[in-house]
Amino acid sequence: MSDSLIISSQSKRSGIASRLGRRGKENLVAYLFLLPWLAGLFIFTLGPILASAYLSFTDYDLLTSPEWTGLSNYTRLLTRDNRYATSLGVTARYVFLSVPLQLIFALLVATILNRKLAALSFYRAVYYLPSLLGGSVAIAILWKQVFGMEGLFNQFLAIFGVQGMSWIGTPSTALYTLIVLRIWQFGSPMLIFLAGLKQIPPELYEAAEIDGANPVAKFFRITLPLLTPIIFFNLIMQMISAFQAFTPAFIISGGGGGPVDSVLFYTLYLYQHGFSNFRMGYASAMAWILLVLIGIFTAIAFLSSRYWVHYEDETR
Amino acid sequence: MSTLQPSLSSSNATDSNATSAIGSVRWITHICLLLGAATMLYPLLWMLSSSFKPESLIFRDLGLWPAQFTLENYERGWTALRIPFTRFYINSFIVVGLTVIGNVLSCSITAFAFARLEFSFKKFWFAIMLATIMLPYHVTLIPQYILFHRLGWIDTFLPLFVPNFLATNTFFVFLIVQFIRGIPLDLDQAAMVDGANAWQIFRLIILPITQPALVTTAIFTFIWNWDNFFSNLLYLNSVSMWTVPLGLRAFVDSMSGTSYGPLFAMSIVSLLPVFIFFILAQRQLVEGIATSGIKG
Repeated sequence: MSDSLIISSQSKRSGIASRLGRRGKENLVAYLFLLPWLAGLFIFTLGPILASAYLSFTDYDLLTSPEWTGLSNYTRLLTRDNRYATSLGVTARYVFLSVPLQLIFALLVATILNRKLAALSFYRAVYYLPSLLGGSVAIAILWKQVFGMEGLFNQFLAIFGVQGMSWIGTPSTALYTLIVLRIWQFGSPMLIFLAGLKQIPPELYEAAEIDGANPVAKFFRITLPLLTPIIFFNLIMQMISAFQAFTPAFIISGGGGGPVDSVLFYTLYLYQHGFSNFRMGYASAMAWILLVLIGIFTAIAFLSSRYWVHYEDETR
Repeated sequence: MSTLQPSLSSSNATDSNATSAIGSVRWITHICLLLGAATMLYPLLWMLSSSFKPESLIFRDLGLWPAQFTLENYERGWTALRIPFTRFYINSFIVVGLTVIGNVLSCSITAFAFARLEFSFKKFWFAIMLATIMLPYHVTLIPQYILFHRLGWIDTFLPLFVPNFLATNTFFVFLIVQFIRGIPLDLDQAAMVDGANAWQIFRLIILPITQPALVTTAIFTFIWNWDNFFSNLLYLNSVSMWTVPLGLRAFVDSMSGTSYGPLFAMSIVSLLPVFIFFILAQRQLVEGIATSGIKG
């Protein structure tokens, strides 16, 4: 903008016209290309965000028009809704146990795979497969069987003479079966780690070897610091996705969140309010609190990252 | 070179000793990796084999090879609900097919604008685009549902694929932008000298070269939407509109855990398309994850 103003004060009128004309034409062309995305952005993303912010201050059942209730949805959620507190606790335990464990597994296996192994692509594929299938209804069904009373896991335990129980049906263990399910899907962060490990210059390791560093020291002094940007990336992406988990909890509990609400994930509770009871305002308030929570944890990760994430060229 | 354990290679042992030690480290690595792989795949393989076992054997047989082989589970499962699974399969392919087309078309057009064109507020829009990748879907969920409800789109396929024609899946926009940025600018400039306009540059030069990224987009869109349970659950009510995940879910409820044979058979059937894609496009998937992840 300022660029064209400077020119306008200096050049002839025809020059200005053609200059602005070209700029205008460029913009016109580019915005034509952007039109579908911009339409989608306003109709399906920005508009709905504002609408749900508004709805979160109302009572709305889809049939009658929204009724303004001020902060009551929020105060009720945060002070009087015991099931909501339960769902927060369940989700928090799920996210903060499964994500670190999943990433540790991913990093461990990636480090082992990061050498010239025969059949490398076979291992990579096999370890990655669960990531592709893990979110499906079919795998949730499988899990329900594997950790059921007569399931595969108990049959395995029986070999050692251990008497199992219904891990899915017991409130104190149901959530852990879903945590195992998430760890099982460590393949996709593993692939990202593997790609990151390939970027580390081999000279660094060679230099360390000359200095007599053992494999453990090399891992903690070279590999880990240089991988921190990727650990950071995986952490954020997996955390955001774990907060939104739904399908396995829905399937193993038949949509209820049981036994005794032990797998009442945040999204499941939101679904129950929004789409079983049609309390759209209340569910919107839940959605906004979730957005804020994810925002806070992402911000913590970002703010703390300057202390633990190491970038090779600091100009980035 | 990185396979050589430094402590071993720099030790004073004779060559043959060192090689055999390295060899055994290598063997141990392979054994551990194979054990890990077997543990991970066991439940899947067991489900596959159980789907061919007679009902009475499933809960007594840990093994992977069916002592008795039968297709009965598939026959029973396929027609266990009021409507055969064929219908759910067709519905899934319609929805997912349209989603793939929408994503590839709209995301490539958007990505071209961000990667190659100059326009006002470009940085601003790009930042917005990136932010929407991380946005949890819950905040848009309820108003979107209300919108589709008002439009009379509930219980149709429209809510499931129309947004994809407007590049709402911005992860793929980002993926394609990164790919296009890697294409040398000389090609565009040469075409511009020859008098090509932006559309022609996009259509005739960038799009053909971008094909690998488009294939990655198509495959991931297929796999993620094939498994997409949540939005199908929201928008599709009548049985004749159900997709594969909804059919399976109804199956679980109706069986209430009594007959796992047909349930496993249909689970295998539901995983099959994803699995086939995985076999065919393994390299593309692995590289797609690695590059799009890294550049984030």
